[in-house]
Amino acid sequence: MSPKNGSNSAAVVLEPAPAKTGKRFSLRLEYDSSRTRSPWWSPILSVILALLLCAIFIAANGMSPVTVYEKMFKGAFGTSYGFTETMVKAIPLLLCGLGIAVAYRISVWNIGAEGQLTVGAMAATAVTIYFPDLPSFWSITLMLLFGTAAGALWGLMTAIPRTHFGVNELITSLMLNYVALLALDYVVFGPWKDPKGFNFPGSPMFTAAQSLPVLGTTRLHIGLIFGLVAVVIYYLMVKFTRWGYELRLIGANPTAARYAGIHIKRHIIIVMLISGGLAGIAGMAEVSGVTHKLMQGISPGYGYTAIIVAWLAKLNPLGLIITSVLFGGLIVGGYSVQTIGLPSSISEMLQGSILFFLIAGDMIHRFRIRRSA
Amino acid sequence: MQDHSVEMRGIVKKFGSVTASDQVDFSANAGEVHALLGENGAGKSTVMSMLSGVYRADEGEILIHGQTARIRSPKDAALLGVGMVFQNFRLVQSLTAAENIVLGEKSSFWRGSKWIKHKHEEIEALGERFGLKFPVDRPIWQLSVGEQQRVEIVKTLYRGADIIILDEPTSVLTPGEAEQLFETLRVMKQAGKTVIMTTHKMKEVMASSDRISVMRKGKMIATLATADTDELELARLMVGREVTISRQEREVTQGEPLLIVNRLDVSADHGRKALDNLSLKVCEGEIVGVAGVAGNGQKELAEVLTGLRTWKNGEIIFDGSKVTTASVRGAIDSGISHVPENRMKSGLAGRLGSVDNLLFKSYRSEEHSKFGFLKAAKNRLWSQELVQRFNVKTPELDTPVQQLSGGNQQKLLFAREVSHKPKLMVAVHPTQGLDVGATAGVHELLMELRSSGSGVLLISEDLDELLQLSDRILVIYNGTIIGESDHEHADREQIGLMMAGIRHREGSAV
Repeated sequence: MSPKNGSNSAAVVLEPAPAKTGKRFSLRLEYDSSRTRSPWWSPILSVILALLLCAIFIAANGMSPVTVYEKMFKGAFGTSYGFTETMVKAIPLLLCGLGIAVAYRISVWNIGAEGQLTVGAMAATAVTIYFPDLPSFWSITLMLLFGTAAGALWGLMTAIPRTHFGVNELITSLMLNYVALLALDYVVFGPWKDPKGFNFPGSPMFTAAQSLPVLGTTRLHIGLIFGLVAVVIYYLMVKFTRWGYELRLIGANPTAARYAGIHIKRHIIIVMLISGGLAGIAGMAEVSGVTHKLMQGISPGYGYTAIIVAWLAKLNPLGLIITSVLFGGLIVGGYSVQTIGLPSSISEMLQGSILFFLIAGDMIHRFRIRRSA
Repeated sequence: MQDHSVEMRGIVKKFGSVTASDQVDFSANAGEVHALLGENGAGKSTVMSMLSGVYRADEGEILIHGQTARIRSPKDAALLGVGMVFQNFRLVQSLTAAENIVLGEKSSFWRGSKWIKHKHEEIEALGERFGLKFPVDRPIWQLSVGEQQRVEIVKTLYRGADIIILDEPTSVLTPGEAEQLFETLRVMKQAGKTVIMTTHKMKEVMASSDRISVMRKGKMIATLATADTDELELARLMVGREVTISRQEREVTQGEPLLIVNRLDVSADHGRKALDNLSLKVCEGEIVGVAGVAGNGQKELAEVLTGLRTWKNGEIIFDGSKVTTASVRGAIDSGISHVPENRMKSGLAGRLGSVDNLLFKSYRSEEHSKFGFLKAAKNRLWSQELVQRFNVKTPELDTPVQQLSGGNQQKLLFAREVSHKPKLMVAVHPTQGLDVGATAGVHELLMELRSSGSGVLLISEDLDELLQLSDRILVIYNGTIIGESDHEHADREQIGLMMAGIRHREGSAV
């Protein structure tokens, strides 16, 4: 039996083959599984590397990467219109990202924020359809409640199979996204279609009482406050409560948590309820604050982008504010480069490369270069 | 002798400061079943892992069929015809038995149904020849553990191994399956293969091997022909003769019975019986040692007592009241503390700092949190104090505990478990992997617990430790207590025999 060495390092030793002369390389790569935390600057480095990588493609398209990036940056942050648009996009990213971060903290891999957002939007719309004449306060409150509850329920549908039957949540949450999107199609083409909508799929326009208040003449709505409040509450909960402590323990070592008497299954359910609920709020805020009606493509993949947002923030609630604004800016910046003849998918390319470098960085970080004795 | 198929000379392997294999010489011949016997941690598996390329020796040389071999990886070993069947199998659960066996084969690119059918026949024939029956076309997860092991053995044979190492092959088998395995070993031997088997079960060694090498604490003690020896001699060699034990001085502090376990039946993870009609008693101010070879139910015993595992039959009475359901919180709240087997796996959260690790069991109490909020500042002070009192050396309170030395980690763990004044402590291998100084520290803490009136159930494989500390030593074998001796009359050899499943003999020590 090998004694367990304390740092559980050196699980794999990759050593180059010795040269024919019998001389040995003096450097070797060593895998250290205990190095699970990459340094704080790894997200920043990932963004820089992603920008460099995409610059190659832009240059290959015959354009100057500097001009394109400048254009994107100006489009997203340079004008007050651009900036508020960026913030509008940041709201669902922040809410979904926060939900994802909560779940990922204890290694529950919820990738169903997109679906949870969609059902949240649907439930909020249901309030406008079945209770059309409520006063503003009640209407908004009810929409918020329904949206949250629907998202939470959608999360629960992932949580219960995981805790009780050991079904991988990656699969269920992903599949439920499609269920939600198809259900959305059904209602906007069918029962909830606006009778005065010239047969276009979509619910009737929301009344002013069913819409979230906006800032001045911009499209920036009060959903931003929902997001910021959620971040603050979450931050305080994780830092100062017993619940937060339990999450920390489960995240760091589930076996030890079990030995400390923590019910992990219960926590998985709670976390998925929160995760889904937050995405549900995002969905409610989208219909009530931005589109003012339910329609197809209510989310251009916020639920998926939010995964990158959460990861880039290293699941840190305050970091989430920064990364969601950054990604909101990426989306808006992507639109603005269309005017100079680049497809807006440049922003998706950037998003993808950022995630790629981020994950690669986490992996590479676990290897150390050691000098052999 | 010239016809050694395997020869290892002066093999040294160190893990950090621990020498797992100290100048080991070993040889085995073609056409024999060679058993490598020793207690857990004696270094058997380490030596065999070096032969099969999992580890590399720091010193020494290995000869295969008389030729110096450079075994740098399992692949090198396979090329030399060395195959190892590990204790935990290396099989892909979702693939069929046959697919697992041909996995990694590079001979054919196109694998149609005809090819697979051909392979099925080939594998079945190979299995039949060695008496290894299993359904070749079923996925691994549907096979029993015994069948899975047969798949593993056929895999090594299929890959052309003529030196086959089996690491604790019977630990997962039922007696019937073990019987079948020995039959297979005989056939392999007749086919001219070299079979090496590591084990700590003497009966099996006597029944199945031709020669026996005994290891103890990283050293090769002796190699004997099975015909010329007996279980008694082997037991002596295995546990050693040295009577070095300086028993810790003690006064009698025994009080009321604290824990009474009556006729407990417990199942292991796969439904195998782990504890079988087990009864024991621990009193206040008493250290009760549980000796036994790993895998005889110690893990399950500790889990049941700490609320991690439920039981089927029998009763547990703790501190005067009957325990009705298995609940970790219930156990913690009633004053049972637990030093688990593998501190980094289940005792500590390596990424977190000392404060979080100290709060594990007490964060729910009034003292540490109110209305669901942790008393952060107070908890910090409390942790600071504990760290000082238990002399845990950590650069900062927030340093991830995985960066501490093993001894300091264990001190931190003890600080936590002792801090809420437990009535009973269940300590499992509390000194595993610790150096001499840290071990002494842990022993001192256990003795302090005893003198303060707490009961301690000390589960350990280290006989010296048990003899030093225990007021009574129980021997667990196959999930039941097969013997007991008190502090005064504890006899190393006797206990060693019982650990091997041999009950009292007439005329030997009382």
